[in-house]
Amino acid sequence: MGLTDKSHPEANLIQVSRGHDKDGDLGLTLTTIEKAVNWARKGSLWPMTFGLACCAIEMIAAVSARYDIDRYGAGVFRASPRQSDLMIVAGTVCVRMAPVIRKIYDQMPEPRYVIAMGSCATSGNIYDSYSVVQGVDRFVPVDMYVPGCPPTPEALFDGILKLQEQIMQRRVFYQKPPEQIKA
Amino acid sequence: MHPVAEKIQQVFPEAFQQAVEWRGDLAIQVARAHLHAVCRYLHDDPGMDYDYIVHVSSVDWPDHPERFEVVYEFYSIRRRARIRVKARVPEDECVVDSMTDIWKGADFMEREVYDMMGIRFRNHPNLLRILMPDDYPEGFPLRKDFPVRGKGWRDTFPFIGEKTL
Repeated sequence: MGLTDKSHPEANLIQVSRGHDKDGDLGLTLTTIEKAVNWARKGSLWPMTFGLACCAIEMIAAVSARYDIDRYGAGVFRASPRQSDLMIVAGTVCVRMAPVIRKIYDQMPEPRYVIAMGSCATSGNIYDSYSVVQGVDRFVPVDMYVPGCPPTPEALFDGILKLQEQIMQRRVFYQKPPEQIKA
Repeated sequence: MHPVAEKIQQVFPEAFQQAVEWRGDLAIQVARAHLHAVCRYLHDDPGMDYDYIVHVSSVDWPDHPERFEVVYEFYSIRRRARIRVKARVPEDECVVDSMTDIWKGADFMEREVYDMMGIRFRNHPNLLRILMPDDYPEGFPLRKDFPVRGKGWRDTFPFIGEKTL
């Protein structure tokens, strides 16, 4: 039953009246449109390759056959922001790179999500220097932080699964107010 | 003394200041005014034949009266010999002659020294910042009196809210 969310029963609006686990027949299913839309969104995340440093190597490893990011429906890496809805910022962000990231984020169609992968993208890590941005959340809104230096593919998957849980709880037919970032 | 250093002392007695040899590596210090002539000689003389520029770097000695030091490193592919040429640069006249007319490869490396340390190179064809943006406002980050965290530039994001679509 892919539509049920066992980890969050209180958020689970889907009711399966009668189904057959063995032949995959769902029987009669009741749900909200919002839940169904969110389910479709979370199962088809198209990440954009945004490798900036060594975290990119772990991100590449996550795509490979050994780890297989496709298991979570997030394996269609795109080189274009117009075709993707998840930006994985993997690596150290220098100040010169910041406007580029912001521009690419602006070019992504909504709904869009951002994962800050690794300590550098999260907080600047040890690079407390004049040229390194102290966390990518200073200029783009971040949905999920993945700690590690670099994080293993498993850690990245944990971040993606947590993001999918978060997506399931989002409002779909709701105009969100303009984002607030403290500069 | 190393034979190359001896030769330079012979040809440029007014330029030569010091020669240090450490584990087979020769480093000579010359007067700033004659740096270009010495390097021209190192490149053109068949006995020297230093045809490859390895590196250009700079050092900041905050307590020294001549605060900065430009370090050139050359290599002779035919002789398999290496030499390091240093010249002192005072802070109030922070300029040396560019080597781009002798070695083309000096171009980017001298730009990096200018970008990071603020030492200008006379007759350089395109002396602009190379690593930092052209309008970088905080000065020269590798100087010893530059704060490690910068002066606030890393926390300014003027592009937020711009229509970039």
